[in-house]
Amino acid sequence: MKSLFKLLSIIIIIIASNSYSFAAEKVEYLKTDWSFKGLFGKFDRASLQRGYQVYTEVCASCHSMKYLSYRNLAEPGGPEFSEVQAKAIAASFEVTDGPNSDGEMFTRPGKLSDKFVMPYDNVKAAQAANGGAYPPDMSVLVKARGGGVDYIYSLLQGYEEAPSNVSLDDGVYYNKYMYGNKIRMAAPLSDGLVEYGDGTNATLEQMSKDVTTFLMWSAEPHLEARHQMGFKAIVYLIILTVLVYFSMKKIWSRVKSEV
Amino acid sequence: MSDHDYRPKSKVGQWFNDRLPLLTLANHLTDYPTPKNLNYWWTFGGILTFCLITQIVTGLTLAMHYIAHADMAFESVEHIMRDVNYGWLIRYIHANGASMFFLAVYIHIFRSLFYGSYKSPREIIWILGIIIYLLMMAAAFMGYVLPWGQMSFWGATVITNLFSAIPLVGEGIVTWLWGGYSVDNPTLTRFFTLHYLIPFLILGLVVLHIWALHVPGNNNPVGIDIKKPSKDTVPFHPYIVIKDGFALLMFMIVFAFFVFYAPNILGHADNYIEANPMVTPAHIVPEWYLLPFYAILRSVPDKLLGVVAMLSAILILAVLPWLDTSKIRSAVFRPLYKQFYWILVADVLILGYVGAMPAEGLYLLIARVATAYYFLHFLVILPVLGFKEKTLPVPLSITEPVLGGSPNLAAARNKESKIE
Repeated sequence: MKSLFKLLSIIIIIIASNSYSFAAEKVEYLKTDWSFKGLFGKFDRASLQRGYQVYTEVCASCHSMKYLSYRNLAEPGGPEFSEVQAKAIAASFEVTDGPNSDGEMFTRPGKLSDKFVMPYDNVKAAQAANGGAYPPDMSVLVKARGGGVDYIYSLLQGYEEAPSNVSLDDGVYYNKYMYGNKIRMAAPLSDGLVEYGDGTNATLEQMSKDVTTFLMWSAEPHLEARHQMGFKAIVYLIILTVLVYFSMKKIWSRVKSEV
Repeated sequence: MSDHDYRPKSKVGQWFNDRLPLLTLANHLTDYPTPKNLNYWWTFGGILTFCLITQIVTGLTLAMHYIAHADMAFESVEHIMRDVNYGWLIRYIHANGASMFFLAVYIHIFRSLFYGSYKSPREIIWILGIIIYLLMMAAAFMGYVLPWGQMSFWGATVITNLFSAIPLVGEGIVTWLWGGYSVDNPTLTRFFTLHYLIPFLILGLVVLHIWALHVPGNNNPVGIDIKKPSKDTVPFHPYIVIKDGFALLMFMIVFAFFVFYAPNILGHADNYIEANPMVTPAHIVPEWYLLPFYAILRSVPDKLLGVVAMLSAILILAVLPWLDTSKIRSAVFRPLYKQFYWILVADVLILGYVGAMPAEGLYLLIARVATAYYFLHFLVILPVLGFKEKTLPVPLSITEPVLGGSPNLAAARNKESKIE
């Protein structure tokens, strides 16, 4: 019994460490206390709302978020804007719709059911506007990067003067957390770049944390439901396991044997 | 199979059973005499059945929402994750379920290796198991392609390209597999079709696997033949059912931990980037459960020989019953084999580790040594060990301690004197 446990845990550790092994060669990421980690991890609503503000005022001019809809902003487990707020946010965007009965495309204010408006019409247009680099879609960005939230959080704060032995082309910047240290995105955030409605001081660190929290939610919109259900499921399984264990002992007590 | 004289008690039951003996089958399954000394390593058969059914049920549900098209697959997976009710749960169970399935199957295989369950008269059970394992790998590989992320696309490209190593017809076969001149929509749709089909083939083989098991009955930790039914056996129900159930619940706790708290830890981050034929990822790695074979493939400098080595590493298992010449099944009574067994376990784990690393420098050297040892174990150590090893006295039955009259003991003693 014990050895089974031991071996299982060894195997799990090996498997888990395998997938992390690539990250190990890179720099240590900056750490912060994420509210959504852990058994009962939940998003910090205010941080999500501020994060949305940073995204929409800063990131959204280049980065799309094509899998999100405006209705998501009012759904439970997310930034939880009120429905009125979410409708107002949606209406502030011009959405192309159509064709109408005359066969013409037209624009109208966004609705809750619309997907987030894309900054560029297509990948080529995005590349053309960004010196050939395509600003990746941000919907699942934190899941698509090895270091996850810590990586994004660090990257946003990782801009530095390039060391003297590194030469940078035009439009390329030095970032100590980027793979290969060269990045085509200029430092997007700086102290006081946005003005938070709730009076929070918009430091680089604060904005990085808020927007990364927002990106975590956009990648895992059901994270809170998952954590809640997971806790219940595991508690249920443990209780059932204990009950079955004693039933098993009772049944096997009829046989002269070890279980 | 001693219970063919079973008669249902009710008239209706008798009428039905005379026409279709399902009740006889049910009776056989519940009464099935099982060695009473089976330890927890034997519970993984039941756990694997659970895994297969879980994968089929969650897979069917996912297939209702998934779109097998190169332009829509990635988006449809995101649709499942975001907008389908509990879609995230179903997908995470399915994705992590594959890992859990392989975790369980590796334990199941290594249990068999330790206790000699592949030996006569259980060779057919073993070979069916190897076929199931091969099909599992095919299903898992194709399943990993379906989300159409970067690792899906490039994994598919690398693996299908292996066929190009075949002389003369290789290139043609690859084009035929792809349905075009690169991995593209035709590849995705056929992989989806096959991914849907294979689990049902596995299901059929599992039925045969269990059928073949029920002819000689279970092996056991002592590895001796036992009389059935006897003092050494207990009926499958309720004894084994409850024990399997308990072990399954423990397994489900681990499973649930991954699904709810670390659903992406076993996957590769690159698979959340939509497939892009123009951008090759820095490292192309398969899922963890294929890494040992990937390491073997890359440890051979020649492409064709690498493929041959990788396939041989799996197929060699099919002839294992004839490579292992020892008459003693359980490693408990084989002190030398027991040590080599653990070396093999370490060897496979090392192969898995270097499989995840870049194939260069020290990693490549380790991979080559570990690959060589893997084949050495099966082709040299096992056959020789059967003749040379001084085995321990084997008991006559599970309930009785070692007695002088054991035929196995006599054989063991003979061997001892030969070696001395």
